[in-house]
Amino acid sequence: MLKILKYSFFDLMRSRWSYVYFAFYLLLGIVLLFLNNDLSKAVITLMNVIIVLVPLIGTIFGVMYYYNSKEFTELLLAQPLKRSSIFLGQYLGVALSLSMSLILGLGIPFVFYGLFESSAIWDFSLLLITGTFLTLIFTALAFNIALSNENKIKGFGYAILLWLFLAVIYDGLFLMTLILFEDYPLDKVSLIGTMLNPIDLSRTLILLKLDISALLGYTGAVFKQFFGTSFGLIVSFVMLTIWVVLPVLRIVFKSKKKDF
Amino acid sequence: MKRVLILLSAILMAHSTIAQTIEVCKTCSTTSLKDGIIQAKEFDTIIVKKGTYKEHDIVIDKPLTIIGEKYPVIDGELKGEIITIISDNVTVDGLFIINVGTSYTEDYAAIRVRKSKNFVIQNLVLEKLFFGIYIEKSSDGKVFHNKIIGDAVEEYNSGNGIQLWYSKNVDIEHNFIQHVRDGIYLEFSNFCTIKNNVSALNVRYGLHFMFSNDDTYQDNTFENNGAGVAVMFSKRIKMYNNSFKENWGTASYGMLLKEINDAEIEGNTFEDNTIGINIEGSNRINYKHNNFKNNGWAIKVKGACYTNKFIENNFLYNSFDIAYNSKVNDNIFDRNYWSNYTGYDLDKNGIGDVPYRPVKLFSYIVNRTPETIILLRSMFIDIIDFSEKVSPVFTPDDLLDNNPQMKKIAW
Repeated sequence: MLKILKYSFFDLMRSRWSYVYFAFYLLLGIVLLFLNNDLSKAVITLMNVIIVLVPLIGTIFGVMYYYNSKEFTELLLAQPLKRSSIFLGQYLGVALSLSMSLILGLGIPFVFYGLFESSAIWDFSLLLITGTFLTLIFTALAFNIALSNENKIKGFGYAILLWLFLAVIYDGLFLMTLILFEDYPLDKVSLIGTMLNPIDLSRTLILLKLDISALLGYTGAVFKQFFGTSFGLIVSFVMLTIWVVLPVLRIVFKSKKKDF
Repeated sequence: MKRVLILLSAILMAHSTIAQTIEVCKTCSTTSLKDGIIQAKEFDTIIVKKGTYKEHDIVIDKPLTIIGEKYPVIDGELKGEIITIISDNVTVDGLFIINVGTSYTEDYAAIRVRKSKNFVIQNLVLEKLFFGIYIEKSSDGKVFHNKIIGDAVEEYNSGNGIQLWYSKNVDIEHNFIQHVRDGIYLEFSNFCTIKNNVSALNVRYGLHFMFSNDDTYQDNTFENNGAGVAVMFSKRIKMYNNSFKENWGTASYGMLLKEINDAEIEGNTFEDNTIGINIEGSNRINYKHNNFKNNGWAIKVKGACYTNKFIENNFLYNSFDIAYNSKVNDNIFDRNYWSNYTGYDLDKNGIGDVPYRPVKLFSYIVNRTPETIILLRSMFIDIIDFSEKVSPVFTPDDLLDNNPQMKKIAW
């Protein structure tokens, strides 16, 4: 598996797209710092970008990589190799190279700007950690979609739909539900609703750092326990890990049964 | 001639009395403060030496100066009130007063001033108290440089640090108040000045006004209180250069204004509060040169607020700048700096070319269904906020800042 991982990783490292992705984040970081002159404000803006863009790029890239390297995969399958190690190797290769572009691309400008002397370092590392988690989750989801759909167009369609649903539509439905059932106690529902969407989950995780004063304005014991203590942080991280593990398990499961 | 005689005799009398000093200590002829007061004549000075004096119900009924040397401890043993001043011209300086009794029928205080004039209470340290310094129906006094550390947990069985009731012209300066119910409480007290105090970690309010007019408070710091300052049912209060920090919680405000008219709020800093200023039924208030930074809500307007002016303030990185619960707006927002402003300035005059709308649709939604706060900063919310900005339906359409500044305002 490690060999395949290494191969996929270096294959991607050589490819143009990784550089484009890396250059994009580098530019974003530099421009933000140049315009804002304030690290903590730049972190807020970055958060908005990361929770929307990272999932999009993760899904598109994952699907694209799977379809592009399909012939090579079939070649590998002819060899005496475990199926799970082939697919997991490829998955990790994509996910890790994307995460690296993200971390380096954003990290370099911020480090040069004096991140280590600033108080924003924790907010920023939290941002990078959630970004990495989102990459891992959405690449895994993309592999799932690609494995289940032979048709490329359909696969891309589903991938974009998935992103659109989790990034925008889900929140819309969520908001409608909350407003429709406003007469009922909703604090548990709203927390569970957040847990079920990795994008919302990452958003709340960052909100815990940035907007805690507003979040504490709501009267609810469950909210208070969740946001007021480190309980919220721990639960969010556990949920994010589950969000990575479940799709990866499905990749293993699906790849074992699939006919090529 | 008669006048000159009276004057001469007055000077003589004053001369003979000033020289008198009574010392109180464990080994002196006078071993308690109470005895000292009985022995003293008017305008004497009592010096209390270092030591512990278990006394309560000490009544100061003549003009005296009481000075503690190296902070002698007056221990009330939780039996009731400790010092009561009922004479004019009394100075109390440098005592360490502890263990005031708690009562549910009487407001026991560490030191109470009743119907007196020209009192000075300074350099005291008060601990384990019910009420700290209680000034009733008195005037022209000074409460200066005291340290009051309570241990209040609940509102119903705790007292206030400094309380003024029907008093006038009192200066409260350089005090440090922690862990009581209300740090400083003014009721029916006019023309008072509250300056350079630090009021922190109090159960209810850092500073509380009730039915008090024409007071000024400035350069104070209010940190981590149940709510920073509550100004209620008062007129013409001036609030300058105070700092309100970290008042967090569901009913927590930096400042609460209720039924306040004609006030001036200038140069204050509101930082990291759940709600910076909560305004209810307050009219003709000028907000100028204030900084609102990192608050949940910078300003929450609850209703019945007319002709208020918000001019040249900085609104920096608040989750919500302004929440408004009605569609009618009679308040003026002008020349403020809003860090959330996204417009442009083509003619380079430092003023944004597009007006700014400080009330967002999402803040209206959160007002209605508080749980939706969890969707803060979601992309969907940004989209609906944008559509509301383009054509306001739910938020007051004339609530806008026509001259939003492009740069943070310095003054």
